[in-house]
Amino acid sequence: MFTRDKGLKSKTKYRSIWADIIGVVVTIIVFILPFYFLVVNAAKSQEESFRLNMSPPEKWLLFQNIAKVVSDYDWHVLNATKNSLILTLLSVFFLIIISGMTGFVMHRKRNKASAIANFLVLTALVIPPAIVPTIWVLQRIHLYKTLAGMIAIEVAYGLAFAILIFRNFIGTIPKEIDEAAIVDGCTGWNLYFRIIFPLLKPVSITIGIISTAAVFNDFTNPLYYLPGDENATLQQTLFAYVSRYSTQYNLLFADILYITAFPLLAFIFFNKRIVSGMTAGSIKG
Amino acid sequence: MKKKRIKSPYASSLYWPGGVIYMVLFFIPTVLSLFFSLTRWTLQDWEFIGFENFTLYFSEENLRIGFRNTIIYAVLTSGLKVIFALYLASYLSSKLRSTGFIRSVLFFPTLVSTIGVGITFSVLMNPYEGVINAVLKSVAGFFGKTTDGPGWLIDPNLLPIVSIALVDVWKGVGIATLIYIAGMAAIPRDYYEASSIDGASTRQQFYQVTIPLVRPAMFSVIILSFVGGLRSFDLIWAMTGGGPGFISDVLASINYKQYTSGYYGLSTAGNVILFVLVSILVFPLSRYLNKKEVVM
Repeated sequence: MFTRDKGLKSKTKYRSIWADIIGVVVTIIVFILPFYFLVVNAAKSQEESFRLNMSPPEKWLLFQNIAKVVSDYDWHVLNATKNSLILTLLSVFFLIIISGMTGFVMHRKRNKASAIANFLVLTALVIPPAIVPTIWVLQRIHLYKTLAGMIAIEVAYGLAFAILIFRNFIGTIPKEIDEAAIVDGCTGWNLYFRIIFPLLKPVSITIGIISTAAVFNDFTNPLYYLPGDENATLQQTLFAYVSRYSTQYNLLFADILYITAFPLLAFIFFNKRIVSGMTAGSIKG
Repeated sequence: MKKKRIKSPYASSLYWPGGVIYMVLFFIPTVLSLFFSLTRWTLQDWEFIGFENFTLYFSEENLRIGFRNTIIYAVLTSGLKVIFALYLASYLSSKLRSTGFIRSVLFFPTLVSTIGVGITFSVLMNPYEGVINAVLKSVAGFFGKTTDGPGWLIDPNLLPIVSIALVDVWKGVGIATLIYIAGMAAIPRDYYEASSIDGASTRQQFYQVTIPLVRPAMFSVIILSFVGGLRSFDLIWAMTGGGPGFISDVLASINYKQYTSGYYGLSTAGNVILFVLVSILVFPLSRYLNKKEVVM
């Protein structure tokens, strides 16, 4: 990229190896060791995990521990897995559909409505939701303590961020594409869902991943809007197990590991897409 | 002279689904909160009591702690994320070989359960049996000194909220770095080439080219992490539950405690206070940052 004379080049090369080594070592200590601690302790027996140290387990009991966590208390964690997966998949699906169409009309049709929508999106990003009044509203429309209500909440709270990213991305799609479709008689909802929405795939994936992590890991909102044992999501079980398993660190860590496995898998499959989707003109200032 | 209006090919009805959900579940509750914060409320019926909730809220001693902690937490987390992420992003935008590995690792905590992270770190930070203090003890022993290590989460002063803020930074620095990387990718290469022809060192390029041009991304990071810090609840709840006592309570955790005790009016008043606090801090901040951007 830059023109350098030879002496300078070898010096920078020497320095870059050190930068590589230091970077990797610091990353391992700061980011990998906590996960290592989690994994080895989730694989230990109860007495061994009680010492809370970093040494590897005498005998690997990881799968036995996870199986015990999942089956304990009448398969409570399994039921919570089902709740979490339904909640996450449906919320993210509706979020992508709804925020994309809103972002589209906000960007393409500049009028009073789009100005108001812009203002509402920006305020919704900042303002904390009014919790107890929302419970009151949910009770009035009979959606309190229901999965459907919880899905609607996750969509409502995720809208602003998703709309913002969609709208910015739609700005990079040339208007000529719309015009060509309009000339062919494709307007309104058809214009969006047949022509534009397929072009939004990269940013839809990015939003899909980010909001999957956000909804799946959401603890606070189900705590308020979806109470009750049979409705518990995975995050709720984790919190409840702090007191239940307070003397069984191995099971507590096995539960954390079980829950982490879902985002870990998503992460392994989509890692490249996340970064490229974010840098593909979606978030810029 | 009136032009004949042509029907727009863009359907306004595309607003409907988002608009309805937003109105019913966000806008209406926000407006209602202004009313219900002035009542004694059981969710079935209410009694108007004026500003009593607010005076009660402000007369409690632990609220002062909550206010202080909320500000400290937001300033600390957003400040550290803005600085760390800037250096990390410039490191990761370089041509070093380790960048792919570090980038993946750095981003992973943002996908992991906050509650899981909180529980893991509260075990690591255990003052007596935790790994962190064990390491500190052996390091101190190596230098011939003895120490018990700090009581990360049980200290009676500011340390618990600071410890939690550090874990928040650990978890959230990845996303901040990602925003910076996107911003840096948008800087035209020409600036670097021109400045290197003029004899600028890498360090000078970083301060004179990268930082000024990455400013929009920096402002996004500041605003996003500051707002997140002010509203933060789950990590604090998982690590200390606001304790010991009320030492690490923030406004959001106080509101939750009022809610579980059945003081719905009081909890809503706390919600309104948080709402006002966030608004008076963030809107001027964002206007100030936007103004700086225009000047540049």
